Amino acid sequence: MSNKKAMSGNQIDRYRRRFLAQSAAIAGAATLGGGLVLTRVAHARPADQAVNSDKRWGLLIDAGKCANDCDECVKACEMEHGWGRGSSDEQHSSPEQKAQWIRKVTVRDRTTGHETSLPMMCQHCAYPPCVDVCPTGASMKRDDGIVQVDKHRCIGCRYCMMACPYKARSFIHEDLHAQKTESPRGKGTVESCNLCVNRVDRGENPACADACPEKAILFGDLKDANSEIARRLASEPSTEIRGDLRLDLGVRYQGI
Amino acid sequence: MVKRYGFPLLMILLLTAGAPALAATPLPDIPKAIKGEQCVEDTGFMRRNHMTLLEHQRDDTVQRGIRSKKHSLKHCFTCHVVKDDDGQPVTAEDPRHFCRACHDYAAVQVDCWQCHVSTPEPSATSVKGVQP
Repeated sequence: MSNKKAMSGNQIDRYRRRFLAQSAAIAGAATLGGGLVLTRVAHARPADQAVNSDKRWGLLIDAGKCANDCDECVKACEMEHGWGRGSSDEQHSSPEQKAQWIRKVTVRDRTTGHETSLPMMCQHCAYPPCVDVCPTGASMKRDDGIVQVDKHRCIGCRYCMMACPYKARSFIHEDLHAQKTESPRGKGTVESCNLCVNRVDRGENPACADACPEKAILFGDLKDANSEIARRLASEPSTEIRGDLRLDLGVRYQGI
Repeated sequence: MVKRYGFPLLMILLLTAGAPALAATPLPDIPKAIKGEQCVEDTGFMRRNHMTLLEHQRDDTVQRGIRSKKHSLKHCFTCHVVKDDDGQPVTAEDPRHFCRACHDYAAVQVDCWQCHVSTPEPSATSVKGVQP
């Protein structure tokens, strides 16, 4: 009940903020007159402001630059979020059970024998099947397009793991002790790549994008026509993995 | 009358006289904050409502990306930290931990520490690229 109240309060605040911003814009335009309109460009979002759908975060991954024997992106993710080599936990889980937020996948063309290596993680769908099936609302998409698990609500049923076409989610099978402050994780909940939401909210890039020695992972706002990622997507060919599912992915690949 | 109720009356008097002994019930020994004199809200308000503030903040942070410091769990530990003999902050596994002091006393178990870190943030947690 109190949650509901808080939510409706937030909703009202959002409308009020939008209304005030619009009135301010109109007032500003009126004062200046003469066809001169000031526009305010938002750089880093203030910490007390909610995300909104003006942005949609995404990645463009150039598999052509991705080396077969390199896993710097995976290592950076492990260190940032405290799983795999970045943690002393999960000693009792089998390799299939252990957390995998991001993995390197090698695909081979059967005819030519050509091998392509690429990093695979949550594809941050605009229409995420994991969100559709979640019975508690834990699997969620933020207004800025980041798909993640709200672990406060996750009951560990793992429907989302079954629904995800990309095998992007993992389940934590045992008690953890060595978590990172910025990336809470615990037994009985499902987790996956959250596009380093902690770093993005500070105005930084995801750890994998910063770590790639070939700069093969480009992070940016898909909705901002002037961003590097949007410009490259508009001018260069790129593809979605399993595009036939029409999930409108936030992660797109080149060279596959 | 006196004969009939004399004994119970005496007992009540005796018990009332024993009230100061009841007041001496041990109270939790709450560790003092390491810095500052004033919490983010009034102390009495925090004692009664900290859980509501934390719950509200957690939804704001996870779902709406609001990361203001004032009511965040992480921010609590910038002041409310207990150090052990080696000068290291104790985790919630130690009964001396700030949260444990009251929660053990009130027998209220919290699940925060199954996922969250219960000690202050080290100066550099965020990894730039890869560490050796």
